[in-house]
Amino acid sequence: MSGLLFAEQCLNGLQFGLMLFLLAAGLTLVFGIMDLINLAHGSLYMLGAYLAATLTQVTGSFLPGVALALLATALVGMLLEWSVLRHLYRRDHLSQVLATFALILIANEATRAIWGVQPLSFNVPAALSGSVELLPGLSYSAFRLTIIAVGLLVAALLYLLIGRTRIGMLVRAGASNRAMATAMGTNIQRLFTVLFGVGAALCALAGAMLGPLLAVQVGMGENILILAFVVVVIGGIGSVRGAFVGALLVGVVDTFGRAFVPLTLRQFLPPALADAAGPSLAAISIYILMILVLLWKPQGLFPSRA
Amino acid sequence: MKKQLLWLALLGALSLPAQAADKIKIGFISTLSGPGGVLGAAIRDGFNLALEHTGGKVGGLPVEVIVEDDQQKPDVAKQLADKMTKRDKVDFVTGVVFQNIMQAIEQPVFQAQTYLISTNTGPSDLAGERCNPLFFAAAWVSDSYSEASGKNVNDKGYKNVFVIAPNYPGGKDVVNGFKRFYKGGYAGEVYTKLGQLDYAVELSQLRAAKPDAVFFFLPGGMGVNFLKQYHQAGLNKEFPLFGTGWSFDQDTLAAVGEPTLGALNAAHWNLDLDNPQNKKFVADFEKKYNRLPNEFASQGYDALMLIDAAVRDVKGKVEDKEALRKALEAANFKSVRGAFKFNKNHFPIQNYYLRQVVKDDKGRFVNKTVATIFTDHPDAYVSACKM
Repeated sequence: MSGLLFAEQCLNGLQFGLMLFLLAAGLTLVFGIMDLINLAHGSLYMLGAYLAATLTQVTGSFLPGVALALLATALVGMLLEWSVLRHLYRRDHLSQVLATFALILIANEATRAIWGVQPLSFNVPAALSGSVELLPGLSYSAFRLTIIAVGLLVAALLYLLIGRTRIGMLVRAGASNRAMATAMGTNIQRLFTVLFGVGAALCALAGAMLGPLLAVQVGMGENILILAFVVVVIGGIGSVRGAFVGALLVGVVDTFGRAFVPLTLRQFLPPALADAAGPSLAAISIYILMILVLLWKPQGLFPSRA
Repeated sequence: MKKQLLWLALLGALSLPAQAADKIKIGFISTLSGPGGVLGAAIRDGFNLALEHTGGKVGGLPVEVIVEDDQQKPDVAKQLADKMTKRDKVDFVTGVVFQNIMQAIEQPVFQAQTYLISTNTGPSDLAGERCNPLFFAAAWVSDSYSEASGKNVNDKGYKNVFVIAPNYPGGKDVVNGFKRFYKGGYAGEVYTKLGQLDYAVELSQLRAAKPDAVFFFLPGGMGVNFLKQYHQAGLNKEFPLFGTGWSFDQDTLAAVGEPTLGALNAAHWNLDLDNPQNKKFVADFEKKYNRLPNEFASQGYDALMLIDAAVRDVKGKVEDKEALRKALEAANFKSVRGAFKFNKNHFPIQNYYLRQVVKDDKGRFVNKTVATIFTDHPDAYVSACKM
């Protein structure tokens, strides 16, 4: 294992983690502050990817396509909050799971009806399709570097928004004690709608940034939603900082699990056994991480409620 | 009133066996949602087109097709198989895409003495020692595409190949087929999680391993992800990419576009195969669904045509399982792949072609048949089958 390959795998882990963060940030806000389990979060991600692909084709350019997709998905998210999810806040988690699971099915069927079953064509914009030489011998995909940059930028913006602004203060108040925040005169309902819109926009951003690397197809949201939930649980429900740390942990552990576990096992196990156990062990590495974190801190790394 | 209804229902239930031969029931268990859903949808579309070509009937009899989505989950598929064989009492079960689904449903279907026609997966154990009179593979044995790819890569003189496939029995089967005909060395062999999204880790390993060629097998959405990322990482300029036909089916070409251009792959069917039934299939499929068919659709089409021919040959008497088996074995239909017959293990003996992705005159990415790799090729397991 050369140092360059190790560095490259670190970048891969960072990139995978940041891409999970974009999804998990919105999820943790909604989950922690509104106390709503929103399984349809993945559907907003799918919608974002589909809109970005379509609008990129319509406008003929990546950037305006993504910007419009963000806006449109945020609007759809707020509409969803206003029409359906608002009525679920007072219900128990089981009702929320059932209702938002129904939303997944509706979203998938609607997407199938509008765009068809085939994956959409959505490729990396020409300007970012090359690779950048970071060190002699270490070149890395320009588009994946962009994902890293966007992820870090969003993390910084969210940090400022939540830590330094009035809205952020309300969000934090809502997260730590909703009843008290309402009693103090916060218009929680409006805050929730806006918050949900922000979460939806983050989903769309994740979908737009990942669309060129992944198949834009029906059901793409469910696959990644499980990972996003793992991140939220590890990081502590309702904490954006937790989501950031959790996402990076999951990204790095998953990457290193896939890159190094099969190699390591081959050193001290017979090859047949190592080849059988390695990939399976790598596939469950993040769940082992989750169990360890929860044994150590049952509330997650950065619990937002005291 | 209620009592009357009950009597009616009872009467209906009693008269069922007599009516059975008037109508053929087909249970269609397929993966129609999730990342693998594209494959099931293609098979279903091909199957439905065939049903249209037979006038909505099977062997001249009315037919009821019960379509269910297995969601690519073995437990769901097993429940569906139980329901279809015990409650619906179907005459055939078909539509299956994935090998782990086939493994989940084969026992319930066989125990019910129901014929199981695979529209896609052809597990090697069912071709060999566990071959079953009730099982027919209308498509191929799981490793035949990779056997053809292996022979092709071997004939081109490559000596150091990097192999990547998903970590499930079907993935291992496919790689074994490749190894049977490719005699050179390996720069690396990686098995990934089924349904994996991001291949950055594996692509980094691949680049560091410096192979002289890459063979990959990643069905469905995984293949789309891999092809996009392979091209995006610029690896297509460094290492030639070889695959099975599944990774370069028409739907994948449409979704991925440019990154697939020039890639070589092996399959038993192609758009441009020159036989009348294939021309009709391709033209009508495009008219009906507004896209070009892929091999999965051709397999769904052939499966229904096979059932249609067998039911016609037994004159609708599907209760005579022995006669029905003989009729299925005879495969008295014109396959869109051209020459086709069943081996004694109920797996096909057929040709495999080398295809290359090109742009057609309408600017679409399509496969062009370049050469015939195997002629009348049987599978490697038939000798172990005692049937």
